[in-house]
Amino acid sequence: MKLIVGGKTKTVPDSVTVAELLELEKVETPGYVSVQVNDKFVRREDFAAFRLSESDRVELMYFMGGGRSRCG
Amino acid sequence: MRLTPEQVERYSRQIILEEVGLSGQRKLLESSVLIVGVGGLGSPAAFYLAAAGVGQIGLVDFDRVEINNLQRQIIHAAADVTRLKVESAGAKLRALNPDVKVELYPEPLSAANALRIIGGYDFVIDGTDNFAAKFLVNDACCFAGKPFSHAGILRFEGQTTTVLPGRSACYRCIFPERPPDGAVPSCAQAGVLGVLGGTLGVIQATEALKYLLECGELLTDHLLFYSAREMVFHKVKISRSPGCPICGENPSITVLQDEAPAACPAEGAGGDGEA
Ligand SMILES: [Zn+2]
Repeated sequence: MKLIVGGKTKTVPDSVTVAELLELEKVETPGYVSVQVNDKFVRREDFAAFRLSESDRVELMYFMGGGRSRCG
Repeated sequence: MRLTPEQVERYSRQIILEEVGLSGQRKLLESSVLIVGVGGLGSPAAFYLAAAGVGQIGLVDFDRVEINNLQRQIIHAAADVTRLKVESAGAKLRALNPDVKVELYPEPLSAANALRIIGGYDFVIDGTDNFAAKFLVNDACCFAGKPFSHAGILRFEGQTTTVLPGRSACYRCIFPERPPDGAVPSCAQAGVLGVLGGTLGVIQATEALKYLLECGELLTDHLLFYSAREMVFHKVKISRSPGCPICGENPSITVLQDEAPAACPAEGAGGDGEA
């Protein structure tokens, strides 16, 4: 099926979960990503159970600190 | 206040803008912006806000200039190494525009001083580099009802959002809690292209000017993501989270607190360093 991830169309296996998508996307820190599906946040504890559907719009938001991060 | 002929000349390129005019320029000269962290993000933001004639600019940073800052913290020069960052930056801003009153706070922003310092300004720019400081800026601005611009940079990417507390989504609506130390990559480990601070810091300054001039549409309820590698901006719609620990329906954070100090054996306790 097709998803729109970060504004880009991606083909993924049917009904993948959010957790599986994070793996497919090779997300570095899957435990610290904020995820929105169709403009709604998905709670981290629901990542493994939340199944995505055809044409879902998924946004992955990462922590970003700054330049000379001391203990970031 | 009346603009002098020299001021009319200095700011002429923006005074001719319909959205600015003489009244907008007066507004800027009577406005104040606090910049927390005078580093990769804060340097360009401070320069442009001073150039635009924001009347008072506060600089918060307890750190001293180091040689590895100069790759991106463009307000500091080689001769400034070992100097307090706020002093180095303050001197540049005064030299650029004597209209600007520069206030220096050579101290870490903390729960003890944040509300007092932030309270004296119209708008806050978060130019900090670490998550303890970023959450503190968010929380202090939420408690003080102070509008602010958040930004972060890493490798070839950056992101930013503008927050009007109580009216638009805050940083904790997106990221409810601070990640444990070392859980997500930092610029010190993962690096950052110096220009990223410029791109994002100048967007932050733009938001401050728009807020002060009351023109345009602010970057509220959106997270703007920038990839320098792909040269793409991507704007994500964000909504206030009812479960937000600070601005949600049942906030769990009711008093301003410092995040637990970060253990950082190499460089001492984490504070409000800068991006
Ligand atoms: Zn919030």
